[in-house]
Amino acid sequence: MTLVDGNALAGRLADLLGWDATASEVRCTHCGFAGLIATAAVYASAMGVVVRCRTCDAVLLTVVDGAGGRAWLGMPGLSAIEIRGS
Amino acid sequence: MTHRAPAWHVATVVDARAETTTARRIQLEVPTWPGNDAGAHLDVRLTAPDGYQATRSYSVASSGAQTRVVLAVDEVPDGEVSPFLVHDLRPGDQIEVHGPLGAFFVWTPSTDAAPVQLIAGGSGVVPLFAMAAAHAESDDAAPFRLLYSVRSPDDTFFAEELMALGGDRFTLDTVYTRRAPWGWPDEPGRLTLDRLRGAVFSAEERPRVYVCGPTPFVEAVAGWLIDAGHEPARIRTERFGGS
Repeated sequence: MTLVDGNALAGRLADLLGWDATASEVRCTHCGFAGLIATAAVYASAMGVVVRCRTCDAVLLTVVDGAGGRAWLGMPGLSAIEIRGS
Repeated sequence: MTHRAPAWHVATVVDARAETTTARRIQLEVPTWPGNDAGAHLDVRLTAPDGYQATRSYSVASSGAQTRVVLAVDEVPDGEVSPFLVHDLRPGDQIEVHGPLGAFFVWTPSTDAAPVQLIAGGSGVVPLFAMAAAHAESDDAAPFRLLYSVRSPDDTFFAEELMALGGDRFTLDTVYTRRAPWGWPDEPGRLTLDRLRGAVFSAEERPRVYVCGPTPFVEAVAGWLIDAGHEPARIRTERFGGS
């Protein structure tokens, strides 16, 4: 399991969501801290990634890769995510 | 900062040559590339004959509106992607790239007069070199300083280019961790709090700080900076894992 920064998820989230969400602000449901996904702690493994809050360590977001290009995006710890108009 | 939507592109290798003893500088021509800010990265996707795909992120060493994209890839032994890029990729080969990526760990010219401190561990210098080069080409007046922790002279990325950037607006401080050049004033050794203090803008100067390197390096440096009074909000980090 490798610890990297949220920046590293830019490509993955652009593929899944259609925009680079690492520049989006998110709010942690657990502690209320708001920050950019780019600054969150990302634990990466072959199965997928777990994104944790840098303030309270709660799981903000998960990406699990399945077969055939399917993926599961979980947002167990996000109470809000910023979406910018284009 | 210009908004450039990331997309998948086909890149053609134009040139590939040794950058250090373990790394290679790869020039790509990407006709559909929208340009990128300094510090951005891209994902490289390789597809095996059986359909198996592997994707890895690499910082872009170039910036601006050009379609020529420069990477400097360090080999991760036993890696899935970097050994291929370092040893097997040839001019004329085509690879898939996804980018430009990352709107946070980037630098663009501005009127902000606060100094900019760059701190690199090993191949973490690649996005920071892009920033220093972009700064040199701009009329942004903020002073830049790069603290570069690297194993030895043979492991130094962009050695000549960094040397050439030195001047009124850019200062390079190098810490050699394993072997220093002949006549170097300091013994080789890991970056320490004391060495860091002597080679970066002080907290009182309120620099914007960019730190990139292996995760343990970034953790140590960011911790020292915060202990020294730097505001966490002014420190941007890019950890790339490893040791």
